[in-house]
Amino acid sequence: MSQHIHPQHFKQQSKVALADPQLRSSFRNAMDYLQDKRAQSFSEPGSFEQLQLRGEAIRKRCLNQLPELLEQLESSCTNNGIVVHWAEDAQQAREIVSGILAEENAKTVVKGKSMLSEEIALNEHLAALNIECLESDMGEYIVQLANEAPSHIIMPAIHKRKQEVAELFAKHIDGFEYTEDVDSLIKAAREVLRYKFEHADAGITGVNFAVAQTGTLCLVENEGNGRMTSTVPKVHIALMGIEKVVESLNDIPPLLSLLTRSATGQAITTYFNMISSPRQSEDNDGPNAVHLVLVDNGRSQAYSDERYRASLQCIRCGACMNHCPVYARVGGHSYASVYPGPIGKIISPHLLGLEATGDLVTASSLCGACESVCPVNIPIPALLRELRSDAKLPSASEQALKGQASHRSWLEESVWVIFRIIMTKPVLYRGLSFFVVRFSFLMPRLPAIWGPQRSNPKPSTKTLHQLMRERKKNS
Amino acid sequence: MSAIPIRLYPEQPKQVYLYASCLVDMFDPNAGIAALQILEAQGIEVLWLEQQSCCGQPAYTSGYTDSAMKVAKQQFELFDTDIPVVVLSGSCAGMLRKHYPSLLEKECDSDALAKFSNQVFEWGEFLLNICQIKLLDKGETTKAVVHNSCSARREMGIAETTMRLLKQMDKVELVEPKYASECCGFGGSFAKRHQDISLAMVADKAKHLLETQASFLLSADWGCLLNINSYLEQQQSGMRGQHIATFIWQRCYGGEL
Ligand code: SF4
Repeated sequence: MSQHIHPQHFKQQSKVALADPQLRSSFRNAMDYLQDKRAQSFSEPGSFEQLQLRGEAIRKRCLNQLPELLEQLESSCTNNGIVVHWAEDAQQAREIVSGILAEENAKTVVKGKSMLSEEIALNEHLAALNIECLESDMGEYIVQLANEAPSHIIMPAIHKRKQEVAELFAKHIDGFEYTEDVDSLIKAAREVLRYKFEHADAGITGVNFAVAQTGTLCLVENEGNGRMTSTVPKVHIALMGIEKVVESLNDIPPLLSLLTRSATGQAITTYFNMISSPRQSEDNDGPNAVHLVLVDNGRSQAYSDERYRASLQCIRCGACMNHCPVYARVGGHSYASVYPGPIGKIISPHLLGLEATGDLVTASSLCGACESVCPVNIPIPALLRELRSDAKLPSASEQALKGQASHRSWLEESVWVIFRIIMTKPVLYRGLSFFVVRFSFLMPRLPAIWGPQRSNPKPSTKTLHQLMRERKKNS
Repeated sequence: MSAIPIRLYPEQPKQVYLYASCLVDMFDPNAGIAALQILEAQGIEVLWLEQQSCCGQPAYTSGYTDSAMKVAKQQFELFDTDIPVVVLSGSCAGMLRKHYPSLLEKECDSDALAKFSNQVFEWGEFLLNICQIKLLDKGETTKAVVHNSCSARREMGIAETTMRLLKQMDKVELVEPKYASECCGFGGSFAKRHQDISLAMVADKAKHLLETQASFLLSADWGCLLNINSYLEQQQSGMRGQHIATFIWQRCYGGEL
C-alpha cells in the first residue's frame, strides 16, 4: 500500500494512465476476456437473474441480523477451538496480528490473498517489525516483488505483462534464467513458495465467507496456496471483514457459484477450503492454532446508514470493475484506494472519508454497467449519487460519513441554485434558452467546456418552444 | 436493476403530453417537431406544456438533490396524471419514471407519483408498443448505426425496443458497432469534471461507430449525441448523429424539416 499515492490525486493519476497506450490495451484486453468468461458461464437465459435474486436475498437477510450472526460466529468458532479477535480499526487489526505473531515467536509469514490485509496495510506493519511476509498468491507475489499495490481485487497483477514479470523474477529469484515462457515463470515462483510454505512460522489468509451456525471459514482460490498457507505453518491467522458472515451452510452454494462465475467465469474454483478448527489429535496435518480477526474499519458506519448498507452485500467478485468503462481506461492504480473500480468508489468513502475520496465518487458517468452484473444486485449508481449528495451536505448525525460537506464549493453550489431558479420559472427558462439560441454563434468562441478535443455543442437557431409558438400561431 | 420488470402497455390514448427535454429544446428543436408530427400522424392529440423546462437530472446526478427536487416538483405538478407523457429521451424518461417517485416522496402524493411514473414512456417505446406503429420506409437503401444511451438500455430497458422500431424500415441496414453497450462518456457533469476519462470514452465510441462505415448515426438521446457529435466535429469526421425521430420523419413521412 505504500505506493498508493492518494485517492485525492485520482485525476492526475488517471491522466498518467490514460496516456499509457500499453497499459490501456492490457486492461482492455483483460477486461474483454473476463467479460466473455462471465457471459459464457451465465449463458443460459435467466440463469444470472435467478441466481442473483437468491444471492441478494441471502446477503440482505444476513446483513439484517449482522450483530446476532457475529455473536453466533464467535461462539461457534470458540467452541471449535478457533480464537476470535475483534478489531475496530486498521491499527487494532495490525496490532492483533503482530501480537499473535510475537506470542508464537513467528519471524516468517506466508500470506494467502487478502484484500483486507491490504486495507489494514499489514505488510508494511510486519516489515517494520522485521517479520518477513511473503505473498503466496501468484499475482500478489508479483506485485510484492515489484513493490506495487494490487490493481484488481481478483487479479492483483493484471496490469503486468509477462516481460515485466520475467524481469522481476530475474532480479529477485536466485538462479532464475530469464524466460518469458509462462509455465516456466509459474514453476520458478512455485519453487520459491514451496520452500517458504515449509519454513514459515505462520500463515495469514483472508476469508470469503464465514458460517455463523457452524463456525466454518470458507476460502476460495485456484492455486492451492490458500490451502498450503492455512495448513502447513503451525499458526493460521484468518482476517475477515465483519460483513462476510452468513447464517448457515445452505447459504454458501449460491454465493460461491455467483462469486466464481462473476469473477472468472468458473463454475467452481480449483480449491474451496472450509476451515472449522485447528488440527485435531487424529488429523495428519493442519495448524496447531487458528485465529480469526474480525475487522470493522468503517463497516459499521456504512451499516448504520440504511442508504449505504447495501454496499456491505459485496462478495468481492470484481465483476463491477471488469465491466466498468472508467476502470478499463484508467486501470486499478489510478484510484489509489485499496479497492478500485465501482465497488471501491462506494466503500472507500466509509474507509477513508469523503474528503479523500470525493473525486472517486464523481468519476462515473453512472452508466450502470456495474449494477447490471453485480451478483448481489448492489445499486452502485444510486449509492454514488447519495455519496455525491452527502459530499455537499453538512453532517446531520453522529454516524455521518467522515468528510461530509467536504466537497462543498460555493461557486458550484450557486450554479445549481441558478439552475433551480431558472428551471422552475418557465419565463426565465424560456428567456435563457432564447438567449442561448440567439447567441449560439458565440458558442465556438467560448472556452472549450469539454477540453480541446471536443468542440462546444452548438445550439440551434430557434428553440422548440419558439417553433411551437409559431406553429400555434399559424394553425 | 438487472432484471427490469416486463412492462405492460395500455391501449393507444387520445391525448399525450410531449416532453421534449431541454437538450432537444435548445439543440435540436426539429427533432421535437418531427416527433410531434409522427405522434399526430397516429391520430393522437399532442399537448405541449409551455412551462416544461428540464427534468432536473443534471442537478440530481451531480448530488444537488435539493435543487433537483425543486425542479422535479415544479415539472411534476404541470401534468395531469391521467394523460401519458411521451419523452424524447431515454434518460429523461428514466428520470421521470424511475427517480421522481423517490425524489418527490416527501413533497408529493405517493399515489399520484406512482400513477405518473406509470404514464411515462420514451417516444420510440410509445410508438412501437402502444401505437403499434408500422413504418413504411420510402428512403434510399442505406446503412445506419444506432447508439443507445445507458439509461435507455439499463434503466428503461428499451434498447431493444428502439432497434425493433428502426428495423421496420426495410431499406435501412442496421449495423452493430463493437462495444455497442458501452457508455459514450457523457454522464452530464462527468464529461466536464473528468474530461480526460470522458474523452477517452468518447474517442473509443466514435472509433467503433466510424468503423461500421454507416451513413447514419442515430440515437434516441440528445445527451449522448451532444457528446459524440462534439467529438466528431472536432475530429472533422463526416459522421454526425441525429435523433431517430428526425430520421423516421424524413424517410417514412417524406417530411422536410
Ligand atoms: S460490488 Fe458487486 S460486482 Fe462489485 S465486487 Fe462487489 S459483488 Fe462483485
